[in-house]
This record gives sequence, structure tokens and C-alpha cells, in this order.
Amino acid sequence: MIPAEFDYVAPESLDAALAALREGGEDAKVLAGGHSLVPLMKLRLAAPALIVDLRRVPGLDGISEDGGTVRIGAMTRHHAVATAPRLGLAARAAATIADQQVRNRGTIGGTLAHGDPASDLPAVLVALEGAVVVRGERGERTIAGADLFQDYLTTALEQGEILTEVRLPAADGWGAGYAKFNRRVEDWAMVAVCAAVRKAPDGSCEDVRVGLTNMAGVPLRAGAVEAALRGRSLDPSAIAAAAEQAAEGTDPPADLNASADYKRHLARVLCRRALEEAAAAA
Amino acid sequence: MTPEDGNGHGLHVGRRMRRKEDPPLIQGRAKYVDDIDVAGVLWAAFVRSPEAHARIASIDASAALARPGVHAVYTGADLDLEAGLPTAWVPPGVDVNAPVHWPLAKDAVKHVGDPVAVVVGEDRYAVVDAAEDVLVDYDPLPAVVDPEAALEGGDLVHESLGSNKVHEWSLGGDVESALEASEVVVERRFVNHRTSGAPIEPRGIIADYRAGELTVWSSTQVPHFLKLFLALQLGMTEDRVRVVAPDVGGGFGSKLQVYGEEILLAWASRRLSRPIKWIETRSENMATSHHGRDQIAYVKLGADRDGTLNALHVKIIADFGAYMMLLTPLIPSLGAFVMAGCYRWKAVRTDITGVMTNKMATDAIRGAGRPEATHYIEVMLDQLAAEIDVDRLELRRRNFIPKEDFPAETPVGIVYDSGDYHGTLDKLLTHFDPEAERGRTADGKLRGVGFSTWTEICGLAPSRATGPSGLGVQAGLMESALVRVHLTGSISVYTGTSPHGQGLETAFAQIVADRLGCDPQQIDVMHGDTSQGPWGLDTYGSRSLAVGGEAIARASAKVADKVRAIVAHKLEAAADDIELREGKFSVKGSPDTGLTLAEVAGMAYIPEDNLPEGMEPGLEELSFYDPENFVFPFGAHAAVVEVDPETGNVDLVRYLAVDDCGPAINPTLIEGQIHGGIVHAVGQALFEQVSYDENGQLETGSFVSYALPSAAELPSFETDRTETPSPVNSLGVKGVGEAGTIAASAAVTNAVIDALRPLGIDFMNMPLTPMRVWEAIQEKGGAPA
Repeated sequence: MIPAEFDYVAPESLDAALAALREGGEDAKVLAGGHSLVPLMKLRLAAPALIVDLRRVPGLDGISEDGGTVRIGAMTRHHAVATAPRLGLAARAAATIADQQVRNRGTIGGTLAHGDPASDLPAVLVALEGAVVVRGERGERTIAGADLFQDYLTTALEQGEILTEVRLPAADGWGAGYAKFNRRVEDWAMVAVCAAVRKAPDGSCEDVRVGLTNMAGVPLRAGAVEAALRGRSLDPSAIAAAAEQAAEGTDPPADLNASADYKRHLARVLCRRALEEAAAAA
Repeated sequence: MTPEDGNGHGLHVGRRMRRKEDPPLIQGRAKYVDDIDVAGVLWAAFVRSPEAHARIASIDASAALARPGVHAVYTGADLDLEAGLPTAWVPPGVDVNAPVHWPLAKDAVKHVGDPVAVVVGEDRYAVVDAAEDVLVDYDPLPAVVDPEAALEGGDLVHESLGSNKVHEWSLGGDVESALEASEVVVERRFVNHRTSGAPIEPRGIIADYRAGELTVWSSTQVPHFLKLFLALQLGMTEDRVRVVAPDVGGGFGSKLQVYGEEILLAWASRRLSRPIKWIETRSENMATSHHGRDQIAYVKLGADRDGTLNALHVKIIADFGAYMMLLTPLIPSLGAFVMAGCYRWKAVRTDITGVMTNKMATDAIRGAGRPEATHYIEVMLDQLAAEIDVDRLELRRRNFIPKEDFPAETPVGIVYDSGDYHGTLDKLLTHFDPEAERGRTADGKLRGVGFSTWTEICGLAPSRATGPSGLGVQAGLMESALVRVHLTGSISVYTGTSPHGQGLETAFAQIVADRLGCDPQQIDVMHGDTSQGPWGLDTYGSRSLAVGGEAIARASAKVADKVRAIVAHKLEAAADDIELREGKFSVKGSPDTGLTLAEVAGMAYIPEDNLPEGMEPGLEELSFYDPENFVFPFGAHAAVVEVDPETGNVDLVRYLAVDDCGPAINPTLIEGQIHGGIVHAVGQALFEQVSYDENGQLETGSFVSYALPSAAELPSFETDRTETPSPVNSLGVKGVGEAGTIAASAAVTNAVIDALRPLGIDFMNMPLTPMRVWEAIQEKGGAPA
């Protein structure tokens, strides 16, 4: 498993990293935790000429809260996200990523910038209406989660931009549920459904968010499920009825482990389970 | 369950002892091929076919050759070998239609990964880049993928052979009359799918030809086989060839092979007068280390309504892939030898048809033919039990060969050495209540229990059975041992087996220690270097203890005899009166006057007047051991599964195994083998499948798509043993390396079917993946809420 030849730099500031990226042009790639990019390079499915490693760039790591918004540095490891208080659904999903070794190395910024629809956090970002902050030559801009993922492994990040921060709403008052189906615990999801539920004082569903993983080339939001449940009862039959709409409008690609029909079926089952968990936790 | 320790075999034999070989392995100080540096080494990288079947129109290596540091690019046209790669077993008395198999494809490629060219150069990375610069123009040909369709005619894998059929081979006599006389005949079609050995260390080779001598380091199970075939292929004499198998990170049968890369690197090293190294990548391993299983079987079982078994007829179509490798045509036959299982039958017959397809060759993978056979027998027993409404355990008990019948000849002419099949099943049932494990859980899961009561044939092998006048394997399969006591009393033991993870260094040391009165830690077990010790036959087929260990016991006994004679001479006693007691050889009844092994060794090497008249000095003995028969371990296994009827997911929640491999040498090592073996078969039953699409493209090229299970997917296994000695060897031992793999796929499959019967599902083929289980449930109208 020998990658093609590449140059490597580990700049010590964000500006230096941006400069290196600019110099490298379209053949340059940013390296965060390496758990998506490096395997692709070893298989020669990716062959960047320049690797810009962010590990020495200060200020990209850590979790802080700012008026109801949680700011997560792009280089924050999955383990830190999984064990952080007040991250709710993001923590719940991050705790299921692959195995402990991967969670100790992989980063939230890396997984979102990579844009693999089978990985856990993209659907969470979309469902929770989070955003990412990116820095480029022209300065800083914010991209809404809904706009970030454009196609399979393709995001709205432009050449020369670095994802620096992830913003998610604080999880106060929300219950989180995550139902992932895979054959082995360290596998990517065959299908996963993330759900967040906030209850009204009478116990009904005040608000709900549902995201679908690996049901398309990009993470999806199950709008029909949300609409069916928002403002309604959270009893099991209502949840089950809403979950029946989880696969509505989806056309998931078949793979070795799952046909499109099976994926749609799994989405419905997992949606019910995720909602039940979220409702119980709310 | 904790197996009983200390069966009174000796001070060390029969007791738990930590593996002597482990400290370097767990401290990262082991020496694999990739850890070996040879000065001046060049690196090799292979250009492999992306096509399943194609004519090679042209190869342009000019760009690769122009890269700095590239010394050579060789293609099939450059090869000047006299013969293709070896197949060691050709079934006697039947026509075998086999292609010539070159280390580099000549004219055409026959499967994805078929090597087309090798690039040799100075830098490990640069040769991989250069290999990408070798331009091969392929004219695609139709890929033959379905083995049954391949037998019907149409496209050919090898046009010159005129047929895709390799051979037909049968074992067992007339089975039709016993089937016709049966009150019930159950018929099923099995697909026993293709799997990978998937060792964590892929293959690796260094070949160093210099001054007329060849040294090859290879991550292999079979250094002696490789030495022999290197000599034959390269036209050298054996004394000029040395093969070293250093630490080997798993084989599972996939390294019981003489690979084209091994021959080719040696050939190229001779041609370039430079050592050459190659380390296989995981992608190459998945595509080009031989695969296993891959059978379709049409099985008919005849019985009476009271549960009396009459006849078993198994027709196997074995997908051999594109080439016959070292033992390819033998593998299904190994299953035929034990197709009677643990049961009394009037007739048993196996008909095998070998067929070629445009896939990697199949060959021995842990169990090799016997997991398939056990799967057919044990799943069929459950199918019959349901058909005639007889309890499946009662059915087994009623038909077990009773222990007083051993040695027992089966209808296929194999003589089982010893067994107590009731004993292992009875003991299994002391550990759990199957009925309490079954039914529907509070959260709607379906629980099922499955059994496998199995036996197998191992301890390869008596030469009379396997040699040229027997089955025609071109090897005697005996084993050697040399026990050398040094001047100071420390011991080196040379074995012709080639341990690669089994813990045999520890087991062998325990055997020697008991016979010579020393500490197992003082004993070095040497293996894997053909320049040390006598000719050996390596490690596979659960043979190393039952054949290699017996050779060591015999060589040790010879040393002990000499020690007794020396001690008797010194103490003026009769040799028969000398006993080994508390680390000293002493006259019976006078323990205080005894001599230690170190003292005797000193006398043996400094004879003066220490030795009896006429005795030669020195203290080492050699034994060559050719067993009288195979050995037949057996056991009773049970799996408990939980099926999620909504998703089709199967969760293995308990696995219980009672095994009998004769008296334990070291219970810890047995458990290690049983655990690993079970995982291997659970992998086949629930997770693993080497998959080619309809165009012959490999779909499982890495561990992402090839679902090797991890500890997280498995329960902690519950194991126990009984001990029924084999009369075949003095240790009474039987092999255990393949036992779990041979037993477990049927237990898991039967458990899943047991769980699904309430939904109307009464039969399924492996792998029991979530989607397949879900689809089976959908076909029956879905799961009730």
C-alpha cells in the first residue's frame, strides 16, 4: 500500500497553511486526522502532489460555547466531540465512529470536509442546521450545513479554503437518538438515522430534526418525517407512522451489502428507533 | 467453563503454560520478512491484470525502464523456466484437464490480479510508480464466472483445454439402492461460498541467489515444500537451496502454497545477481493469495421415519478458479473422506466435479474441504429432523457410532481411530439448556439454537494412504525431529514442522521437558529454516502435534534411553531401574544418588570412562515418524443466535464448544486454536465472502468490503473438553488447529434457521448477511409485528 509521491508541509500558522495551499494549487490537499485521505492515497485513489498538514496550526482544536452556539475547532478529535457535554446528538453520533483508535485521530473538520455520505457527522450537521466556518485567501465565510455537501465526496469548500470551525446549536432541551446499521462496529454506516427531539410542556413534539446517512450521495434531511411529527404526539404509534416516511423521495445507491429497497427499509426502521430514543431522552 | 487442568500426564504435559514464543511477538520484536534487511537488495512490484479474462495484445515497458533506478521489467516472454508452477496432487486413475500455469502470464490473463510483469528496481516506492508506467493493452475475452454454467459449455477459461471441466472423482460405492430403500429422502442445494485466508501479515519474499546458492526468506507455512519446488523449477540441487520462514503472521492455509512470486523472485535474483524483495499489499492479498471453499453441493439424505440414517449422496461442483495450484484438486476430496460424519450409514458417496472459472484459484484454507463436508452433513441432519419431526439431538444420538465400535471403518473405507460422540454431546448439554435459549425476546428478536456434532480427518499423513501408491500425493507427509542436548544440558529441538502462531514451540518444549527432566524454558525449538535440521513436511492439516510432536516424543525417548544407559553405567545399576524423578535420573528407591541431565550431557561429550562399552559419545537423537493412520478429533458445538426480524441482523450471542483432541499437551493452546477456528467459521457463516461480479471483477478487494469479523462482533466463547486418546501415536493426541473451523459454520447456520422457522423459513445458505436474512423474511411475507 504505497502512495504516489507527494510533498509534505506542516505549517505553523493558518496563514502559512493557506499560502502553502495556494502554492500547491489544485494538486494540494489538507491533512487533518488522516483517516479518510491516507487510505485513499495508499490505494492510489487520491494522489495529491502536496499535503498540507494542519497538526501544527494553533487554535484549530477545542470546544467552546457562545450564546447557544457550540464552536468546535476543525482539528477537534472525534473522541473529544463524543465525550463533550452539551453536544447532544453530535456527541451521540461521534461515539459510534469506527473504533477508539480512529476516534483518537480522526477530526470533525476532516470528516465534514471529506464529505463521505456514509460517515456519521455530515447528517448531524445538516439535521441540526449547523454551519462550518472556512478561511480562504479572501477571508472568512460561513457555509450552512445544508449547503456544504454538494455531491459524493464533494463539498462547497473551494480550492485553497480550509475548514476551521464547526458551529452547532447547543443541545439544551433536545433529546438525541442515533440508530446506525452496519455489519461490523468499525464499518461505515450501511444506513444511519440521527434524530433530535424537543418536547413541549405537555410532552408533545415541539420540534424535531431527522438526518439520513448513506441514503444518497450527500447526507439528507427527512423533512417529511419532521413535518409529520412536529406539533404532534410522541407516542409510539405516532413515531412509527412518521418514521414510515423516512425514505420518502430517496433513491439510495445499491452496494455489496444493501440493495436500494433494503436501504429504504432500514431507513424507516432506524428512523423509528432513533426517534424513540430521542423522545425518551428529551 | 474451565477445562480441567493437569491430567496427570507429567510435570509439564497437560498443564497450562504461557506461550514461550509470545514475548517477542507482543513486544514488537518479532522478525517478519519485512523486518529482514539484506545488503544490496532490490525491490519488486507486480503489474497485474485488471481484466478477468483477456488476450494480452501488447506490453510496453519502455517508460518504466526509463525511470531512474529501475533494473529490469520482466514479462511472460522473458521466462525460460522448463515447467509451469507445481500441483502436488493429481488424482490417480482419472483424467485431469489442467492448464500450464506460469509465474507471469503468457499471451492471456485468466483472472483479476493475474501477474503480467514484474518491475525490479532500487527503491521500494519507485518500483510501484514504475509498475504504473508499464502499458499493457488487453483484448477482453468473455469471463467465465458461474461454475455450473461453465460446465454446460460456452465460453472457455482455457481455450486449448477444450472444456472448463478439470476432473471427476468419486469416493464411496453404490448409494442409490440405500436411497431407494429409505422412507424419507431429503434433498438440498448448498452454496458453500468462497472465502479468503486473510492473514494479518500478507505474503513477503526475499530471494538471494549468489555464488550458486539460493536463499529465500518467505512468509510461508511450507519452507520445505518451497525448497523442493524452487530446486526443481530452477534446475538446482536441493543442497544449494535454503528456505527460511521467519516469524509468520498467520497463514490459515493461504501460505500452504508454492506461489509464482516465490519462483519468480528467485529466478530474477539469479538473472540479476542481486537479492530481490517483495512485500504483498492487502489489495494483492485479497486478489492473489489463494481463496478457499467455493463449492455447490447437491445433497441427498435417505433415512427411515424412526430416524435411522441410511444413505448420504453429495455431488460437489468445486470452483477451482483459473489455475490448479499446489493442492487445488485435492481439497474437496478431503471432505469426501469424512462425509460419513459421526454417524453409521449403509452407504455414503461423494462425487466431485472440478471446474475452472476466471477467478483466483482456490486451495487449502483452514479445514480445506472438511468444513464444507461438516456443513452439509450437520445442516442436513437438522433438515431431516424437521422433516420427520424427530428431536435433532435424539436423531444424532440414535445414529452416532458408539464408542465401543472404535476403531470404526466408515462406508467410504476410512478407519476412525477413536471417539466418544455421546460423551462430548452430553458434556455440552451440562453447560446450557437449549430450550431455555429459544423463542422470542421482549424486544421482538428471534432466538435460535443450532448444533454441530462433528468429526474430521487430520494429522496428515500416513504415507501409505497419501503416497504415490495411495492417494497419489507426491509426498510421504511423515515428520522429523532432532533433539540435541548441549554440553551444559540445555536443549535444541529441530522440528520439520513450521509453526506460525499455533504455540507449538511451547507444546513441543513441554513434551521434551517431561522426558528429559528439564525446564521447558531451557529448550529452544528451532523451525522454519531448511538449512537446520532434517527434511520436514511443514505445518498444515492439523498435523504438527499429532505427527511432528510424536516425532519429537520419539526422539526425546531415544535421548532418554541413552541417558538411562549412561546413568546405569555410572551407578552400576540396570538401565531399566533408572527413573526420572524430580529432575534427576536415579535408581528406583535411591533418589539421592541421581544425576541431572546436565551432568549426563557432560559425560556424553567428555566420555573418558563415563560411557558403557561401545557407546558412541554425544547426546542427540533423530526420529522420522510415519503415522499408521490419520487421527480423528471430534466434538459437539452449539450456537445461540438472536435475529432481528426487522433488519435481518444476526447476532451470535453464545457459542459453546466441547472438543476432544485427545489428552491435552497444553489446555491454553487448545483453547486458542478452538477460539480462532470458531471465529474463522463464524466469519464464513455470517460475515465473510470473496465476491466477484458477473464480469469476474473482484468486489471484495480490501477489509472494507471483505467483512472479517472483529472481537466486537463476537461473544466470549464457552469451551470445554473431553479426552479420548488416539491409539495412533504415543501421546494419544489429535490435531486441533482446524477443529473450530470445521465445526462452527453448521452450528451457526442451524441456529439461524432454528430462529427463523416460526416465520416459515426452513433452509438458508451462507453467508447469512442481514440483507439475505431480511430478503428471506420478505419472501415469506415479512415479520409479524
